[in-house]
Amino acid sequence: MPSNTIIETEPATVSLLTKLRTENVSMIFSRDGKSMSVLENINLEVGDGEFVCLLGPSGCGKSTLLSAIAGFLKPTGGEIRIDGEAVRDPDPRRIFVFQERGVFPWLTVEGNIGFGLGRLSRAERAQRINHYIRMVGLEGFEKSYPHELSGGMKQRVEVARALAVNPDVLFLDEPFGALDSITRMVMRSELLRIWQAERKTILFVTHDIDEAVQLADRVVVMSARPGRIQQIVKIDIAHPRDISSPRYLELRDGILSQIGLAHNV
Amino acid sequence: MKLRVRLRPILFILVLLAAWQVAVLLHPRQLLPGPWKTGHGIAELVEHGLIVKYTVASLFRVTWGFFLAVIIAIPLGLAIGWYRRAEMALNPILQLIRPISPLAWIPIAILWFGVGDSAAVFLIFVGCFLPLLLAVINAVQGVPAVYINAGRNFGLGPIALMRRILYPAIVPRLMTGLRITLGVAWLVVVAAEMIAVSSGLGFLIVDARNAGNRYDLVLAGMVVIGFVGLLLDTGVRSLEQARALRWGYVEKD
Repeated sequence: MPSNTIIETEPATVSLLTKLRTENVSMIFSRDGKSMSVLENINLEVGDGEFVCLLGPSGCGKSTLLSAIAGFLKPTGGEIRIDGEAVRDPDPRRIFVFQERGVFPWLTVEGNIGFGLGRLSRAERAQRINHYIRMVGLEGFEKSYPHELSGGMKQRVEVARALAVNPDVLFLDEPFGALDSITRMVMRSELLRIWQAERKTILFVTHDIDEAVQLADRVVVMSARPGRIQQIVKIDIAHPRDISSPRYLELRDGILSQIGLAHNV
Repeated sequence: MKLRVRLRPILFILVLLAAWQVAVLLHPRQLLPGPWKTGHGIAELVEHGLIVKYTVASLFRVTWGFFLAVIIAIPLGLAIGWYRRAEMALNPILQLIRPISPLAWIPIAILWFGVGDSAAVFLIFVGCFLPLLLAVINAVQGVPAVYINAGRNFGLGPIALMRRILYPAIVPRLMTGLRITLGVAWLVVVAAEMIAVSSGLGFLIVDARNAGNRYDLVLAGMVVIGFVGLLLDTGVRSLEQARALRWGYVEKD
């Protein structure tokens, strides 16, 4: 490893109570008789309440890793444990937020947010829906259908739908990727606000270095083909983060050069 | 739309009717009546209360045959579409039965149900069931994986998944399937009534011909069939415009 004094490389373990652990996870896809290694030896620990970003170029397997952790894909090797239990299937205690295309177009905003609340009584459900509609700032749109909303609003609906079932873990797969850059900034600070209020464990996939450095406690930098963890970078800046502070720029540039990019355009 | 633009098709119809009338007047020995006599035929049917009576009889059969097809084809299609292996097992048979015209089932309908309403209802069912089933299977396979994954994530089992995700996700495409199928039902009922029963618009046509070549009543019956069919289609189309369904025609991704 090149001498890198700016970025403190974290060991894979953290001092927080471990929420989630992947042990030698690997994933091999075979297609047309050819097999391709998408993930290799992924060892990662995420603490309870921690915000971790998986960062890497497209095709590095970060989304595949997230799908596997969420239980949608079965790794071909290794094991994923959450709260000590092996992950086999998706579970309502851990909700996956897709890009805004994951909202159900046949349900209103209310219907979407209340989707996972079938077990509650009517009154409780209404109260919970109301709470999250206010949290994501969609008052007045309760009866709207998704096709009547903007991309950013749809994304809020999906986040609210996920939060409403009170999961311990949120998985977000490039959730703001399809939004314009201003809406993206707003959504980031809202996500941070919600995270600070609710203290969920968050695993967030992105290919945007700034996004990762703005949001995460730790950034997991991945390399492509096969997808491996290249480095884990601790972002030791308190929230709210000043994105023109020297430390921020240091960390961001460190990750840039880590990925092998100079920061001159 | 401008009034003049709206009037154009009506004007065109009037021109055609006039041409028809002229052609009939030029050939007085023709059995085929002109629009004037056809109008009289319709008036005569109205006078005897036959239009309402026969239309209701036809609609009654269509309703039953169509309804039975819908309530069986939708759940079955959801299940077959969801379980890939079921689809692979059944597909060859479905493809083999599909090209058989519902009319080819007439002898079997009479064999099983005798002459009467049930035979007609059965024929309509046969005509509607398979296209609808295939439409549902197809639609289910087109449901984006992201909805299914989201549903699974919220802990839905197979039945809940079909009810709360697959079914609502296919409704817009299903509406199109229903509209086409209802059109088929309306086609089949006329043929079925010519053979299996003694009421309804199909019967009216064949009876008018048999009872002394009353071609004015034959054409009157055809006009009524056309109008009722148009109304059915318009009815289902207006359902497609419902606010809750509009997404299916807006977003294509």
